[in-house]
Amino acid sequence: MSGANALEVHNLVVRHDMLTAVRGLSFALPVGGRMGLVGESGSGKTLTALALMGLLPMGWQADGSVLHDGVDLIRQSDRALAHRRGRTISMVFQDPLSSLDPVRRVGYQVSSVIRRHMKTSRREAERQTIELFRQMSLPRPEQLVRAYPHEISGGQRQRIMIAMALACYPQLIIADEPTTALDVTVQKQVLRLLNGAVEQRGCALLMITHDLPIIAAMCDTVAVMYAGRIVEMGPVGQVFRSPRHHYTRGLLESQPTMDNIALDGSSRLTSIPGMVPPLHSLPTGCAFHPRCAAATEKCVAEVPTLEGGTRRAACWHPVESMAEAAAS
Amino acid sequence: MTTHTNAPLPTNEAMRPILEMRQVTQTYTLARQKLFEARPTLTVLDHIDFDVRPGEAVGLVGESGSGKTTLTRILTGMEQPREGHVLFDGRDVWTAEPSHRQLFRRSVQVVMQNPRSSLDPRMRLGASLLEPLRSLRIEGDHAARVYQVLDQVGLSRNALERFPHEFSGGQLQRIAIARALMSGPKVLIADEPVSALDVSIQAQVLNLLKDLVRDLGLALVFIAHDLSVVAYTTSRVSVMSAGRIVEIGKPLDLFTHPKAEATRNLVGAILTVESGLAGNALA
Repeated sequence: MSGANALEVHNLVVRHDMLTAVRGLSFALPVGGRMGLVGESGSGKTLTALALMGLLPMGWQADGSVLHDGVDLIRQSDRALAHRRGRTISMVFQDPLSSLDPVRRVGYQVSSVIRRHMKTSRREAERQTIELFRQMSLPRPEQLVRAYPHEISGGQRQRIMIAMALACYPQLIIADEPTTALDVTVQKQVLRLLNGAVEQRGCALLMITHDLPIIAAMCDTVAVMYAGRIVEMGPVGQVFRSPRHHYTRGLLESQPTMDNIALDGSSRLTSIPGMVPPLHSLPTGCAFHPRCAAATEKCVAEVPTLEGGTRRAACWHPVESMAEAAAS
Repeated sequence: MTTHTNAPLPTNEAMRPILEMRQVTQTYTLARQKLFEARPTLTVLDHIDFDVRPGEAVGLVGESGSGKTTLTRILTGMEQPREGHVLFDGRDVWTAEPSHRQLFRRSVQVVMQNPRSSLDPRMRLGASLLEPLRSLRIEGDHAARVYQVLDQVGLSRNALERFPHEFSGGQLQRIAIARALMSGPKVLIADEPVSALDVSIQAQVLNLLKDLVRDLGLALVFIAHDLSVVAYTTSRVSVMSAGRIVEIGKPLDLFTHPKAEATRNLVGAILTVESGLAGNALA
């Protein structure tokens, strides 16, 4: 593996018996890079994250290769993976309440990660925990370490999860919908802290979410997933300003914007017709074709490939440009 | 992808409110803290005035804990307020005779956040749709009513024989809306109806709600924490904070000239793709 990438995924396939949820995913995340993985429920984005961490639920199996820190994570033993989780790769999950242990004090939960991986003394780990809490702008860190998860707010819990993820200076943080369960007014603060911490430590970030604005604010590159495949990827500005895949364009257009609001109720959002296909009956060819206005017979018959340089779209009839599409 | 052009939503200021709250205060008594002291009370709603007119969509926004859910429970008659009045069609629902309360219960219906948990997983959708007619003892041609409502929400008839697990979240939310429409309500209260849905589906449900307001002359109360979604759907928005309504305004005015601190916080919390790409979203 090249030393320039924090993560290299080649042809990742995640399946459960006959169901294939992730169907050949390839991407590279450079050291210190920030990539967003966008997709709706059922697109396979969360299973991708779990596969990267070796945390797939019972019965699911991953194939392909996931190169990180010179090893292929898919071929690592459980023991070796457990040694890496929280050390070189760490993860922030959606719901901090279910990822924290309800019967242990939050400070202990963070310091035990530090003690396990960094082999520090208990006192030193506790000191580092308080320092991490301070960096996460948590109030009164000396007292807060003694709190149980139910005693603190959701935003504080998620900041503790981020502190835990950062504790051992990982090379890569995978964040799966880290702010979806939080109140809107807290969301921005948590994102800002995550953003600052990632920047300061130079670790790579893989941000998994359905929320396009979050990706726009946090990431340099984006990969859009649909039905287990990446349908479009490239620099965030290019993909969001001039999407090439009709699905990406549809997602962007279904976001309420200031224009919709300014029209005082008279505007309509464009919506993507239909629904995300279930895994057991994926359409042939381009999986998006039943919902796509530009679909032809070719789209039904052949799977479009994701080729090209940094800016790629798997579509037989890519959107020309936003301006042109609006004119037609 | 479909687009329609439509006239602006009417504000219907000339019409009398169909559902109204006057000076509603709700307090809960908490557990005793000290043995010989009175049990402390928590004021969840503090002298709230709120109304909605036929054919009007009003929004209610606020952080969690601001009192939105309690307000919903009182508006729908699930809870009786300690002080103040809830008026349906001009008459207090808690003091009116039983026939008026019955009318109120038929006429005010709710759509909840998570359609998967609001539909019985063991019941075919046809049976689920008939439930409100049975429980509210509504007479008439039930089958015809089911077909009519399916048309209104844009579902096909073969949905009736199927179970909730066969549908996606967006379709289930349509079904939940259909069930709410069964009793022929005048007011639809939607509590976070799209926050559990995928982005591409949200727009479908929001557009459907707007159509129902326009086509059926329904009064819509749209409750959410996301100001941009509320602003898109409604023509008048109330902002709640700590049990009070701190600001009422047209969506655009709230965005451009927010007065209350709570409004400024909510406006400031909105992330858009544009602001994200500009690089100052998290500044």
